[in-house]
Amino acid sequence: MIDVKNLTIEKAHKDLVDGKYTAVELASVYLENIKKTDGEIHAYLEVFSDALEQAKKADEIIKSGKATILTGIPFSIKDNTMIEGRKASSGSKILEDYVSTYDATVIAKLKKEGVVFLGRTNMDEFAMGSSTENSAYGATKNPIDAERVPGGSSGGAAASVASGEAMVALGSDTGGSIRQPASFCGLVGLKPTYGAVSRYGLMAMGSSLDQIGPIGKTVSDAETIFNVIKGNDPKDSTTAPDSILKKENENGKLRLGIPKGLLETKGFDEDILVNFKESLEKLKQLGFEIKEVDLPNLKYSLPAYYVIVTAEVSANMARFDGMRFGKRISGKDGIEDYFLSRQAGLGKEVRRRIILGTYVLSSGYYDAYYNKANIVRDLIKDDYKKAFEAVDIIITPTAPSVAFKIGKNTDDPLQMYLEDIFTVPINMAGVPAISVPSGFKEIDGKKMPIGIQFIAPHFAEDKLFDVSKMFLGEK
Amino acid sequence: MLEIKDIEKLAKLARIKLDEDEKARLLKEIDPILNYVAQIQEVSSKGDNAKKAGNVKNVMRDDEALNKTGQFTDVLIADMPESKDGFLKVKKIL
Repeated sequence: MIDVKNLTIEKAHKDLVDGKYTAVELASVYLENIKKTDGEIHAYLEVFSDALEQAKKADEIIKSGKATILTGIPFSIKDNTMIEGRKASSGSKILEDYVSTYDATVIAKLKKEGVVFLGRTNMDEFAMGSSTENSAYGATKNPIDAERVPGGSSGGAAASVASGEAMVALGSDTGGSIRQPASFCGLVGLKPTYGAVSRYGLMAMGSSLDQIGPIGKTVSDAETIFNVIKGNDPKDSTTAPDSILKKENENGKLRLGIPKGLLETKGFDEDILVNFKESLEKLKQLGFEIKEVDLPNLKYSLPAYYVIVTAEVSANMARFDGMRFGKRISGKDGIEDYFLSRQAGLGKEVRRRIILGTYVLSSGYYDAYYNKANIVRDLIKDDYKKAFEAVDIIITPTAPSVAFKIGKNTDDPLQMYLEDIFTVPINMAGVPAISVPSGFKEIDGKKMPIGIQFIAPHFAEDKLFDVSKMFLGEK
Repeated sequence: MLEIKDIEKLAKLARIKLDEDEKARLLKEIDPILNYVAQIQEVSSKGDNAKKAGNVKNVMRDDEALNKTGQFTDVLIADMPESKDGFLKVKKIL
């Protein structure tokens, strides 16, 4: 039996090439784990019946000597990312039977490498949520404590990796949906710079904020996947030119910073603060200097985010009307078809955000909400720009608490939104950030993971990899 | 403060049917969220803060078809809720 608990991409690649085991054997271990534990965890919405066929093809590539670093590596894919000919429901009833008509660019890139897609993972409906409880197909459980959430919206992705049901995963992050579940499940999660990875074939939630990124057990795994999926794409006009993406940064000694006033902020868990201070101490012992940087508009990030994201949601969700694809509920006329299909097909949180977004975009409120939020967004971007003149990396906790109990926040949408307090500003500014494990909080006899977030300037992902590898002692 | 009729108007604009319970629930939930996001009103819209276009620019391409005619017809029709003779079937408009 292959020990997959500490297996990394690099190690697996070496073993596959050396013939220690085959891609079929490797995939079988994960499929076996899915059989054993996914009944309880519910990380997957579908396990692909041809996973072993894919692995067989990977073995042929390996035998022919043409293997790349990702050939035969078993991935799980978030349910909002399109793989041609396979279902993709975005955790929604309205797309229950929807079959993808083409490959997302990231999928096409991974197919070229010969990876193995094990299945599609559970998520908050259309990525709206921070706990995966908003899935139309039932909540995913945290593999460390099944009474707790895995985080969200890429909760299935994180749970699949944490439970040994996939080696690595692709998720998407609009306001923390990769980093917070990575933090809750003790994993590494990267939200790349906006424009570093193509969004073509990713079902849009907040188009100006969404990014696809990797979740894995190590920084190296996240780095390897990022390097494969990034790149300019003519099909996504918001991707950056390769001249920017390929630029290597001068990484001398990295200067670290924390937002001024962060340590005095109220409203987050005391244990998170203690752990954060310990992490700063550890970084100092590694020889880093840490100074405070001023980000005066940071406090407006979350309120401005929930204006921008609901506005974009109300526009992006307009396509789900029961006409050209998705579920259609028949009414007395065509117009009633819209009303009934959207009522039956879209879940509570999606409907809530559509109504909020319709409000902030409606005439008379547009300037006060949507335009103002965009001004705030520019100010936040400027704040980061200035801060990054003094430091190379900014550090915060990833989430204000450890994984919370299932059901705790479901009746209080505002409380659920506050879960994103540390992660949202990064999407607003479009900069990259990574969450890596920084310790535990013992609770109910379980060691619930805590995460720390490193933030870098636009297109400086390599700085994130450098500092987080040093922090974790990873070579 | 929003009223039920505001929720109804928004739902109509958004083409979503809501039942009475949900209207009442949304009314209760949306006010605190709007109060919370209203913090951004403290930021001035004037002077340097007046919206700048920033680094955003349009990315253009030639207006030509990238796909072959009929390339995706079958798969797209297969995803339609109802179709007939290669067309999407919807209710009569007039």
